[in-house]
Amino acid sequence: MADKATIIVHSGDMDKVYSALIIANGALAMGMEVSLYFTFWGLQRLKKGSLEKGPLSKMHILGLGKWMVKRKMKKAGVASLERLLADFRELGGKILACDMTMEIMGIKKESLRDDLISDYCAVGTYIAEARESTITLFI
Amino acid sequence: MSEIQVDCTGETCPVPLVETRKALRQAKEGDIVEVIGTHPASKKEIPMAVKALGLELIDVQEKDGIWKIKIRR
Repeated sequence: MADKATIIVHSGDMDKVYSALIIANGALAMGMEVSLYFTFWGLQRLKKGSLEKGPLSKMHILGLGKWMVKRKMKKAGVASLERLLADFRELGGKILACDMTMEIMGIKKESLRDDLISDYCAVGTYIAEARESTITLFI
Repeated sequence: MSEIQVDCTGETCPVPLVETRKALRQAKEGDIVEVIGTHPASKKEIPMAVKALGLELIDVQEKDGIWKIKIRR
């Protein structure tokens, strides 16, 4: 069995979602299995049309900071979050959604990108996977 | 046996690594995958991925900031 990386995506900030997806894709590319657990603000990014909508975790400045960082990223040739997510799925990565977050925040299954989500689950599924992972992160 | 070309010039982290992996998944055993790129860290990291995947690194070359990595699946 391949080594496994299990990552909790708690933050919905654009830069942190980038970190999660870049690490996840790197792990897949190097032959690991990867599961991403989207919870709280992270799960907001799996609502339809929301992936790129997160603020910058620092110096967002009402969107000005984000706009500047995005411009620099474009210049540097950084892939979009949509592309990273599509690559993640293509390389066999798994996406899990926290059902408690859905209840608390009133997120309906229909408002999420259901086609990307492998399963809806709670902490037990995460622990079961994390305990046999060689990498686990909380982002 | 065939040769698969992957052009990642101008792409940055993690795209060269991801595109290499995609090509290796498509390749059949014995096929050659040749990746071309400019992202400096990927020149070191693609060989690390090749090793982790248990595949054969055939050649790494660099000229004028453009590197070329050959891998056998």
